[in-house]
Order: sequence, then structure tokens, then C-alpha cells
Amino acid sequence: MVGEGILKGLAETARNFFGSYVSKDRLTTVQYPEQREPQIEATRDFPFLVYDGADWQQGLRCVACQICEKECPPKCIFIEKSKDKKPDAFGKSQFYPAIFNIDISVCMSCQICVEVCPFDAIKMDVDYHQSTDDRFGGLLFNKQRLAKSNEYYNAIHPTEAAAVDAQRAEELAKLEAKAKAAAEAKAAAEATLAQKAPAQPAAGEQQ
Amino acid sequence: MTASFIFLAVLTVAGTAAAMGLRNAVHCVLALTLGLTGIAMLYLQLDAQFVGFTQIMVYVGAVAILAVFVIMMTRNDKTMAPPALSYSGVTGGLIAAAVFAVLAWAICSSASRVQGQPAQPDVTVQQIGDALLHRYVLPLEIMGLLLTAALIGAVVIAMDREEEMK
Amino acid sequence: MTHLALLMQQLDQIFVLAAHWLLSYLPTALQPLGSAILSVTAIILVFATLFALVTWMERKGLGRMQNRYGPNRVGLWGIFQPIADGVKSLTKEDIVPFTADHAVHYMAPVLIVAASFLGYAVLPMGRNMVMVDLNAGVLFFFAVGSLMELAVFMAGWSSRSKYSLLGAMRAIAQMISYEVPLVLASIVVLMQAGSLSTVAIVNMQAVYSGIWPHWFVLTPWGFAGFVLFMIAATAESNRSPFDLPEGESEIVAGYFTEYSGFKFALFFLAEYIGMFATSGLAITLFLGGWSAPFSFLTWVPSYLWFFAKLLTLIAAFIWVRGTLPRLRMDQLMNLAWQFMLPMALLNLLTAGVWHLMPAGPLRWLVCSIMVVVPCILLGRGLKHKKKLQVRTYHFSQ
Repeated sequence: MVGEGILKGLAETARNFFGSYVSKDRLTTVQYPEQREPQIEATRDFPFLVYDGADWQQGLRCVACQICEKECPPKCIFIEKSKDKKPDAFGKSQFYPAIFNIDISVCMSCQICVEVCPFDAIKMDVDYHQSTDDRFGGLLFNKQRLAKSNEYYNAIHPTEAAAVDAQRAEELAKLEAKAKAAAEAKAAAEATLAQKAPAQPAAGEQQ
Repeated sequence: MTASFIFLAVLTVAGTAAAMGLRNAVHCVLALTLGLTGIAMLYLQLDAQFVGFTQIMVYVGAVAILAVFVIMMTRNDKTMAPPALSYSGVTGGLIAAAVFAVLAWAICSSASRVQGQPAQPDVTVQQIGDALLHRYVLPLEIMGLLLTAALIGAVVIAMDREEEMK
Repeated sequence: MTHLALLMQQLDQIFVLAAHWLLSYLPTALQPLGSAILSVTAIILVFATLFALVTWMERKGLGRMQNRYGPNRVGLWGIFQPIADGVKSLTKEDIVPFTADHAVHYMAPVLIVAASFLGYAVLPMGRNMVMVDLNAGVLFFFAVGSLMELAVFMAGWSSRSKYSLLGAMRAIAQMISYEVPLVLASIVVLMQAGSLSTVAIVNMQAVYSGIWPHWFVLTPWGFAGFVLFMIAATAESNRSPFDLPEGESEIVAGYFTEYSGFKFALFFLAEYIGMFATSGLAITLFLGGWSAPFSFLTWVPSYLWFFAKLLTLIAAFIWVRGTLPRLRMDQLMNLAWQFMLPMALLNLLTAGVWHLMPAGPLRWLVCSIMVVVPCILLGRGLKHKKKLQVRTYHFSQ
């Protein structure tokens, strides 16, 4: 029939109009900022640096390998390596970033820096309320502003953080087992050496 | 010679004079439109409602739009320089004065000036319609034929180009 | 007459009586001028307020149709949003392009607002409540409607910008094309009423047989004429789905691209005022003006009926805006010249047949067939010519 499509369309919008007063799924708006839609777990906004423990400078996982700086497509990360080293969570002596800046007005939230980091040091935050009226330095985040604790990471990305923590614990356990085995081997070697050593002077004295 | 007549007459003359004198083509058309509206209001002042509103509808709504379309399609950005006093200007002035003299003589020696203002007939639209369909039906049909021919001509011109492009 | 009937009659004529009371304070020589000034002031105040109300209605209505709230922060239900919009448009900087034609650029919004307000002079908004009872009222309305096209051209040309010029050309082409079905659709009413005066047309429709009124929309040719008139009115005021000249997603804002601040608000105002005026004419011609829909409801004041019908038509405009996508330029033109013009001419024929046949069910049958069958056949024929197919989208499975 001529005009049937138009009439069907008009009926649909009328259904929308009257339905929006009675049913919730015909009015999907929430009254932001008083109400918020819950974010999904894999939400990503801007990067942040993870630190373990209480001291953000001591426990910072980043070792200034600069892979994320090289891989970042819009080149928004700026890293300056330190001159000295400090031990990391696995006991190894690593460099650390003296300067770590991210310009979040340039960052496009592509998550490549997270994907390439071998140390689980940089992860994506979920906080998008970054607007500021300081348009020259207000969107340039330095190391202190970027550093957030592992507890925070667990709070915002539970499953991801749990997996990372499990992996790190496993590595730590392996390292400890290896160290223990090495220590035991060393102790055994020293014991055999000590056993042989008193025998030698006895043998020497007999001559 | 009431105040409204003087005002409308000045408006009409100024509009048409500006249409001749302005440099920008679009300004000329708009000034001409103002003059035509002045004429329409003179009709209305004489209680000729049908003619007055038809004047606005046809001249302002159609003829002026036609003129501006022509200017839009064939426009050039250079505005014309004001012409210096040339022979053609003097000849034109003489011809205009001659035409004005003839018209003024015709009006002054006509009956309406001798008799004063005649009684204004109360013409309704119904009377105009009756006259068109009884007394003036032949001119009406000829006008209809002319308009149909113009329409068909326009369609043929537009259609021909499509055929050529194919 | 009973007290209640007398009271309702006085309530119906309350504005007329108030105007007479106010004018009695003026000397007799000044009374026509005073009456004119009073009517003009009343019309401007009422319809400017209606404009503010309708912008609010539109934003809330469109919002609900699109599964969202409309504005709801400025006052309860966002009712003060039009005031906020007004303040915004008044305080914005008035930017005029450097190469623009300043005189014409300034005059265009003035002319368009003046032209759109002029149409209200012949609309009877209540019993005895018309500003000027012209003998050729309907012709006056169409004449001032054609002034708007000139103002659109002035706006588009003087801005010296390609978007403006393109938008202006499209807008004028659209307005001229749709003026033809608009006038033809109203001619059927003039044929039946025998007069160009709006007051006479409404008085003819304000009689009842039984409970049914003699509105022209309740006849086959009247209904077809009303539908054609409303479609053409939507196109005349550049409203969706015919808003290509001001299509925001295509040519920025068409002919008012280079206007900012108050001048833009004036264009917006003129569009809505034109929409109300054309709806008012549709009510006058087809929907019986200020008369009540049933004979037992005539006690309600006449101006309330007029504005109720006006608000219903405006709600229909908003409904259509929320439903239909925008028409392309060639689709617009084809609709006007290939569908609406033949339908309007056939409607004229139908109205003539209605007038000449004796009253009765046979007249209804013949005229209904004469309206419905060509509509369906023409629609089918035009669709077939285009060879439209059902589109299949491969990647959206």
C-alpha cells in the first residue's frame, strides 16, 4: 500500500514516545553526573604506572627499558633513564626512570604501551575526569601523578590484576626455589669441601 | 494627494531610479522589487485588493526570483564602472523627456482630470472572476495557451540536454 | 439566555470586549490606529511566546521519541530552556563576513521576519477575532508567503559563501516548487466556499448537521486537499523531512551559515512563525477555524479551539520530524512535480464533481474513488519507474 512505510514509522515513534514514560528500556538515558552507567572491566582511558608495596619510588615496577616510548604511535611518552640502579621485586638490580612523562592530550588510549611492556609496569587507568583549565601543563602527567599502587590496579581491573599477580608470584616462587636450590647446592658443595679439607691435613700430617 | 500617496509615490520612484543607477546587479534587482512593491501598495490604496496582491505574488514572488536566478547563473564578480556622460546618455535623456511629455499630455487632457475623482466601484473578486469567464474568456484561454506553451518549452529544453548527454 | 450561556458567550468574546474597553479611552479619530496597534502587539506577543513554547515542546518531544530525555536542567522539565536559548543568541558575537554585502546581509533577517508575521493578519483566531477582514484574504496570505523566498535569496547571496549560495538556490527551488501544490490544494476550498475571505470560509464551516460539523476536511476532496496542503506546508517552511536547504550534516547550515547570534535567532524565529501561520491557514481552510468539533462542545471559547488545533498540528509536525529521514533534492522535486501536482489537479476535478452531484452516499463513493485510486496508481507507477529494490546489507549480518 502506498505510504505504508511512513505509517509504520509513525507508529514506531509514537510507541517510543509513550513507551518512554512507562518502560525503562525505551528511555535508556541516565542522569549524568548524578548517575553513572557502570564501566566494563576492560575499559581503558589513560596509562598509569604500577608500584608494589607502600613506597611509590621504591616499588615502581618500571625499569626504563623505553620499549613503550618507542612503540607509542603518537609518541606521547617521554622517559629519561636514571644513572644508578636499584633492586626490583625479583632482587635484580635495574635502572629506573628518572623522568617519566605522558602527555594525555596526545595519548590515544591504544594500549600498545601496555601490550609491549615486559615488566607489567604500565597499565590502563579507567578515570576519564581529566579536564583542567590549565591548557599548557595541566595535561602533562609526571611520574608521581602516574604512579598508582597495585591495590588500586586490583580494584579497577580485578581479573587482569589477579592474573598478573599470580604470574609474578609464580616467577618469584621459581626464583626462590632456584635460589634455595642454589643455596643448598652451595651448602652441599661447601660441606663436601669441608669434609675433604680436614682429611687433607690428616693426610699431610702423616707424611 | 494624501500623505500615503506621496510616500508610496516617492518609494516607487526612488526604487526604480535606484534600479537604474546602482552598480551591483543584485542591488538593482532588489531596488526594482521595492519599486514593484510600491506599485502594489498604490493598487491597494485604490481598494483594488485582487490586483494588488496578485502584483506582489507575481512580480515579487516570481519575476524578481527569476531575475535573481538569472543573475546568479550568469554572475561575474566585477561590478560595472559608473558610465561617464556619453552620447548615449544624452540621447537616452532626450527620448525619456519626449515619452514623459507625451504621457503627461495624454493624462492631462483625459476625462478623469476634468471630472475630478470618479466614484470608485466596489469590485469584488467574484466580479473579476465573472468577467474573466464571461466577457474576457478569449484572452483568458489565450493566456492559458501561452503559459502551457512556455511550460512545455521549458520541459523540452531541459529534457533535450539529458538526451544529448546520454 | 441563561446566566451560564451568557457567561460563556462573554468569555468567548473576552478579548474583543477588552479591546473595545481599552480603545474607548482614545479619541475617535485615533481609534482605528489604536486598534491596529493593539492587534499587532497582541499577535506578536502571543506567537512569540508560542514560538518559545514550541521550541521546548519540540526538544522534549523529539527526545522522548529518540529514547532520551530532552532538556531537563533549566527549571522543572527544562521549561526555562527557551529563555536560556534566547539569552545565548542575544549575547553571541555578531560576525559578518568581510566580503559580505552588508546592507543586504542586514536586511535579509528583517525582511523574513516581517514577511512571516504578516500572514497572521487574515487568520480568524476566534469569533470576531480577525485582525483585518480582507476581501481577498487567502490571496494576501500567499502573496506575503512569496516574500519569504526573496529574503532567503538575499540571505544566501549576500553572505558570499558557497554553502550559503548553494543552500539558497536549493531553498528557493524547493519553496517555489511546493508553492504550486500548496495553492492548488487550497483552491478546492475556495471553489466550495465561493469566497477568498477567511472569515467567510470559517463561517461556512461553523454549522452543524446533527453533531457533525461541516468542516471541509471531512469530505473526500477536503481530506486529500488537507494532506497535500500539510505536506506542502512542511516543505514551504523548510522543515524536516524537507530541510535539505538547512541540512546541518550536508551544507553546514545552508543559507544562514554566515549568520550568528541574534540574526540566526531571527531566521529560526521566522521559520517557526511561518510554520504556525501555514498551520493556521490549514486550520482556517480545512479544519473549521475556531469552530468546535462537535455541536455539544460549542460552549468552549472559540480561541481555545483554534489554539488546540494549532498545537495538535504542531505536535504532528514534530512527530513527522522525529520519524522520517531527510529527502534528497531530486526526491523532493520529484515528489512536488510528479506526485503532488497531478494529485492536486485531480483533487480539483473531484471537488468539481462533488459540487455538481446531488448530495447522498453516491457522491461520497464516487469522490472517494476519484481520490484514492489515482493516488495508489500514481504511487505504484512512480515506484515502478524507479525500479527500487530491497537492499541487502552484506556486512551487518
